[in-house]
Amino acid sequence: MNAVVRALGEQSTSRRRFLQGGGGLLLGFALPGFGAEQPRNEKPPEAAVGHATRAMTQESSGLEPNAFIRIDRAGAVTLIVHKVEMGQGTFTSLPMLLAEELEVDLQQVKLEQAPADNERYGDPLLGGQVTGGSTSIRATWKPLRQAGATARTMLVSAAAQQWKVDPSTCVARNGVVTHGASNRSLKYGELVDAAAKLPVPKDVALKQPKDFTLIGKAHHRLDSPDKIDGKAQFGIDVRLPNMSVAAVAISPVPGGKLQSADDKKAMAVKGVRQVVKLDHAVAVLGDHMWAAKQGLAALSPKWNEGANATLTTASLVAGLRAASEKQGAVARNDGQADKAIAAAPRKIEAIYEMPYLAHATMEPMNCTVDLRNGLCELWVGTQVPALAQGTAAKLTGLALDKVRVHNHYLGGGFGRRLETDFIALAVEIAKQANGPVKVVYSREDDIQHDMYRPYYLDRMSAGLDDAFVPLGWFHRIVGSSIMARFAPAAVQNGIDSDAVEGAKDQPYAIPNVRVEYVRHESPVPTAFWRGVGATHNIWVVESFIDELAAAAKQDPLTYRRGLLKDQPRMRTVLDLAANKAGWSKPLRAIEGRRVGRGISVQFAFGSYMSQVAEISVGADGEVQVHRVVCAVDCGQIVNPDTVIAQIESGVVFGLGAALWNEVTFDKGRVQQNNFTDYRVMRINEAPAIEVYMVKSNDAPGGIGEPGTSAIAPALTNAIFAATGQRLRKLPVTATSLKA
Amino acid sequence: MPALTVNGKSHSLDVPPDMPLLWALRDVIGLTGTKFGCGIAACGACTVHVDGQPTRSCVTPVSAVAGKKIVTIEALDQDPVGRKVQAAWREIDVVQCGYCQSGQIMSAAALLATQPRPSDADIDAAMAGNICRCGTYGRIRTAIKRAAEST
Repeated sequence: MNAVVRALGEQSTSRRRFLQGGGGLLLGFALPGFGAEQPRNEKPPEAAVGHATRAMTQESSGLEPNAFIRIDRAGAVTLIVHKVEMGQGTFTSLPMLLAEELEVDLQQVKLEQAPADNERYGDPLLGGQVTGGSTSIRATWKPLRQAGATARTMLVSAAAQQWKVDPSTCVARNGVVTHGASNRSLKYGELVDAAAKLPVPKDVALKQPKDFTLIGKAHHRLDSPDKIDGKAQFGIDVRLPNMSVAAVAISPVPGGKLQSADDKKAMAVKGVRQVVKLDHAVAVLGDHMWAAKQGLAALSPKWNEGANATLTTASLVAGLRAASEKQGAVARNDGQADKAIAAAPRKIEAIYEMPYLAHATMEPMNCTVDLRNGLCELWVGTQVPALAQGTAAKLTGLALDKVRVHNHYLGGGFGRRLETDFIALAVEIAKQANGPVKVVYSREDDIQHDMYRPYYLDRMSAGLDDAFVPLGWFHRIVGSSIMARFAPAAVQNGIDSDAVEGAKDQPYAIPNVRVEYVRHESPVPTAFWRGVGATHNIWVVESFIDELAAAAKQDPLTYRRGLLKDQPRMRTVLDLAANKAGWSKPLRAIEGRRVGRGISVQFAFGSYMSQVAEISVGADGEVQVHRVVCAVDCGQIVNPDTVIAQIESGVVFGLGAALWNEVTFDKGRVQQNNFTDYRVMRINEAPAIEVYMVKSNDAPGGIGEPGTSAIAPALTNAIFAATGQRLRKLPVTATSLKA
Repeated sequence: MPALTVNGKSHSLDVPPDMPLLWALRDVIGLTGTKFGCGIAACGACTVHVDGQPTRSCVTPVSAVAGKKIVTIEALDQDPVGRKVQAAWREIDVVQCGYCQSGQIMSAAALLATQPRPSDADIDAAMAGNICRCGTYGRIRTAIKRAAEST
């Protein structure tokens, strides 16, 4: 996903304004749940969107040194969070970065969600206003601290001028500037008018890590209180006056068209207001979801299924397999891998396969649209507010500034909400709707009309010398390119940088390495899924290196260490995980079950991580995961408890998928429906998870996704240890593990 | 026209009797803290208390709960056990995206109301019907035990 970085960045020169910091007037609107409720039409829409927030609230001009901080005369501090909160903790960790340098009490600040604005809130790593790819801390680590330090410097200067003392003799702490020598102090609110008249300093000194009071210390989540009493507002919770709720039927076959639908029967259902027909879908709008659902059930839509009606998983995989015979674009070419493997005394080959996956966020896809009077307003939870704005502008023909995105808490993202397909659908429905409409997917819609993690097929081969040391390594990746659609400029010379992440940069010291990528598309729509490229490639690389260790009859930890001599941070996490897991001691036997332990190590998303999984397999083949030990070096840590929480989360997410999940196709249709046949890990199945962090002052690495990418190989390597069966196809349930 | 008693307040609703309680709460009464997740009682996001029992509101018709005492997440702090569960949730920082947490907390509060000192097996039995895609299960278990200790 780092590649979005360059791609979107090239498209947007204005992002430099963000990097320069400072200068701009503030934009921001209250995220429902943090600010006052903003019911539509009760107040002018500007009150909700921010351009005129200050005017509307009669707030004093105050201090607005940049797009992230506003301080009013009463001393109220508002921090603007330009990354969305989907569980990963940005609504705590980003304010921590600002507050650390601004010197304010985090309990006293008000948080606002930034509006859609690529120019001010574009990510210097991702190039656009995107939350994803485990980049939030990596991208904001410096700019947000600079934003806080800039404001603090201006406040201190204002106080020093008033007291006619040197600013260096003044101290800012907890919202107050103090001159100790003369025992004078002024609150920030008392300084904002004077500070606002000062030029915005270009270079400001940042604190040394030893002086941090917030960064690196566990801080309670700032979004917790609203999420435990029902107050937190997700997109699906929006209610507007006269709003209808829409249930939808989308063509069950990709590319199919609506042929007919029985409007009359639907309209006869009490509470149904309207039937809206689109090219590929039909919606029933009702007073409430129940009326809409009942209306939809009466509609009996018929479809022209089109060319994809014969699609099956077998036909899709056959396509990938055929494509895997072709040479791919070369992502890495050290030495001459083909020759080295051919000449080696021992050769190992394998094909790995990973299935299509759905995201199944807890909050089903939804979007509310009010389109009238030349204005389009969206209420939604999205990882890409500016793309959402652009999508609606394109579909309505309105200018960007006539489209307003009210972003909300996201009930899970995992990459699904990087897409705007469901937003486009809602806008299309709104174009025909009488009044504002909330479009809500059923769980079945959500699973059957997802954009899926691609099916990948990987060809691996390695040549080993007589001591089983690898001389050559070949990896050919075959699958859909998400970047080619999402950020075409990120595909260079046929290489989708995301599709090869974790493979191109495999860490083992092998003299001849060749990594190829074959792009293969099908009618199945594909998208990023937690862990993106690394989730696929780390599983393959870490499984295959385990195969080599097994061929060498060596301990998998020892074998890896031998090939990581030049990778001190990798070895540190590998050794830490192994030691904490008690790798050298035998596992406790469990009556009637086969027990095993597996390990993985990776560098992904800027972080180093190793995991050890302890599992057992019953006679019936059912796998239980008992314990996962994780060691991580993610550089400078902002909120340690968030790091732990994200790893716990990533492990559970990745385990459920690796054990049970696949989206399959028959007659062009997705065969899974709901949590009954798209199995999700539950509390009684979740392992004990231990996280050990390496202390570091290196630049922060990402943490939202590494936990997911590291767990699948640790799991399948443990299954190999327990059963002797090497799993080269996920999910685990695709292979019988019966004793 | 079933009359519902929700959080101590009576509501006379003009809705069909087979309408699931979930949609009556969310779309008619306007209590959106109770969440829609699956529609088939497979995820627990819609859990409310009906006469103290944890109940999946997405499959419970309003006709079945008329006259009964319905409590949603919005009023859980009226209950001492509920308050302890919420306090434990804050202390342990259980939530991530938070979407499932109303249901988790309602299930946990119902468990503690009948089992003040639940074992791990009790927790598994009471909570296995509540899915969390953020995988906060370890913290849910810890928080339930913390709430139990404080009762």
